[in-house]
Amino acid sequence: MEITGYNVAFIAIAAMTVTSAIFVVTLPNILRSALFLMFTFIGVAGLYVLANAEILAAMQLLIYVGAITVLILFAIVLTQQLMGARITQTSRNIVLGGVAAIAVFAFIATTFVSHFSKGSDMIAAQPAVPTSDPLLMIAKMLIQPYVLPFELASFILLVAMVGAIVIAKEDKD
Amino acid sequence: MPPLSWYLYVSAALFALGLFGMMTRRNSIAMLMSIELMLNAANINLVAFSAYLRGHTMVGQMFALFVIALAAAEAAIGLAIVINIYRTVKHIDADEINLMKW
Amino acid sequence: MNKELLLTAGIHLLVAIVILGFILFVVMYMIWGLRRIMGFMQVRIGPNRLGWQGLLQTPADALKLLQKEDVIPKGADRWLFTIAPIIVFVPAYMVYVVMPFGDGLIAKDLNIGILYVSAITSIAVIGIVIAGWASNNKWSLLGAFRAAAQLVAYEVPMILALCVPVIFAGSLRMGGIIEAQEGGWFTNWFIFRGYGIPALAFLIYMAAGLAEVNHIPFDIMEAESELVAGFNVEYSGMKFALFFLEEFAAAFTICAIAVTLFFGGWHAPFPFLGENLTGIAKMAVSLFWFLAKTAVFVFVLMWIRATWPRVRVDQLMNFGWKVMIPMGLFILLAAGTVVTLGWVKL
Repeated sequence: MEITGYNVAFIAIAAMTVTSAIFVVTLPNILRSALFLMFTFIGVAGLYVLANAEILAAMQLLIYVGAITVLILFAIVLTQQLMGARITQTSRNIVLGGVAAIAVFAFIATTFVSHFSKGSDMIAAQPAVPTSDPLLMIAKMLIQPYVLPFELASFILLVAMVGAIVIAKEDKD
Repeated sequence: MPPLSWYLYVSAALFALGLFGMMTRRNSIAMLMSIELMLNAANINLVAFSAYLRGHTMVGQMFALFVIALAAAEAAIGLAIVINIYRTVKHIDADEINLMKW
Repeated sequence: MNKELLLTAGIHLLVAIVILGFILFVVMYMIWGLRRIMGFMQVRIGPNRLGWQGLLQTPADALKLLQKEDVIPKGADRWLFTIAPIIVFVPAYMVYVVMPFGDGLIAKDLNIGILYVSAITSIAVIGIVIAGWASNNKWSLLGAFRAAAQLVAYEVPMILALCVPVIFAGSLRMGGIIEAQEGGWFTNWFIFRGYGIPALAFLIYMAAGLAEVNHIPFDIMEAESELVAGFNVEYSGMKFALFFLEEFAAAFTICAIAVTLFFGGWHAPFPFLGENLTGIAKMAVSLFWFLAKTAVFVFVLMWIRATWPRVRVDQLMNFGWKVMIPMGLFILLAAGTVVTLGWVKL
């Protein structure tokens, strides 16, 4: 492992992401959990930048941090029972959950990583630098091969918007 | 540049943590946050493979983009349902919402 | 290998510190200018006692704020209360990474410049909601809700209006957008081209930008007569100074981005005024033109602040969702049509 700028940056960002994720799933105060979720999303955006996916990193910041985190914060504040009270989390199944999580992590880490990293000639050692403008490539892919998923995604978002308003509306009778 | 396996370790760790959160938290919103963690872990996986596979065509990034859009839609609906539940039973403890269990 | 790493890290840190110093200096004198100009518009003299014409007023106010007692309300969440102003200020500062101050004077000309600006400015909403919640105060919370609703509502028309110069220039990069407006004459600026479509986009962008930085007429979130100054009522001292700093830095950002996208960035309006220089002279002249154009827009913002009343919160939300978003979509459609059918020379 050489000490290049990329490796140092990767280790720092990955450490921040995983630590924030640990705080998300263990803190009893749910508002602080949501704040650490925001830091996790920012860390994931940093990882995308390191993998030459800047456009996706900007989308991640715009959608996850800018919109979904605000949505989660609003939902938390609207569902607290008293001002200033914290919903305590007496965790059930904590042993079972811990075992399952460790088992899943061990399985993925040993099986998949060893399969995909050792001498497979499909895996390059460095992430590929895009040959042409990446925004142009994404735009072309959205218009030509993937236009149907694009239109369907916009339709799903419209349905979700209308559905969320209908479900969360107060009945005014 | 970091090798591919580091991205996969981070993705596996995030997924395992999301799974742990999903199974142990009582607050419904905390469960939704854990689901978002798992979706992000899958996205990291997709983006890492898209960057490191030879024959780089950015398909992984497109997939991740659609996953982000669908995660946004799902978070909106999920949180609307949680707010509705709160209005009905005045709490969002997932253990206690078991009227439909047989 | 280690030495190069440290050297590049050192240079980046130096650039970051220089930009932070620039922001602090500019915000200080924007505040002074605001108070004097609003004073003159209201037929009174603004602060003119400290220093020549009152120039030392803002440093004095900053020193006063620094030495105030740092009050944290009882029952407030200490950690969240402290981190909220940081979450609000850091994105406002991070936008300056792509700000084109002059020819070759960008900290980093990212090839996703405009997308980066939109993504980063949407992070500040979280800080405001957390500030409102962590103050343990009903009125702060209500103010924070209104603030978040307003910010989220006006993000969409702002981003739609930002897309129009991107379509005309064919690039998200700040440098690319400025290069598409070069040619020496001010008629090459986007606002005078494209059959007036970028001009309409500029109006939409300015209106949405005013709402995004809580400027009059959309400053419900923090006006003193509305809900007792909104989400930052419990903040005092340095934390309040950070909120205040963020507000003025964001106002400067909005003006600077408008200048870059619609008014030619750092290009001079006439060719003989500095288009054909090279080297340090070109950098200095382009910096001067950028700052001069931004100063004009900052003056217009101050003029608006002294003249217009405030909209009501329901009028604000109606205007955002029902008027600005359809207008933004229509402008985007018009821009796309005009560019695709080749009716503009690019």
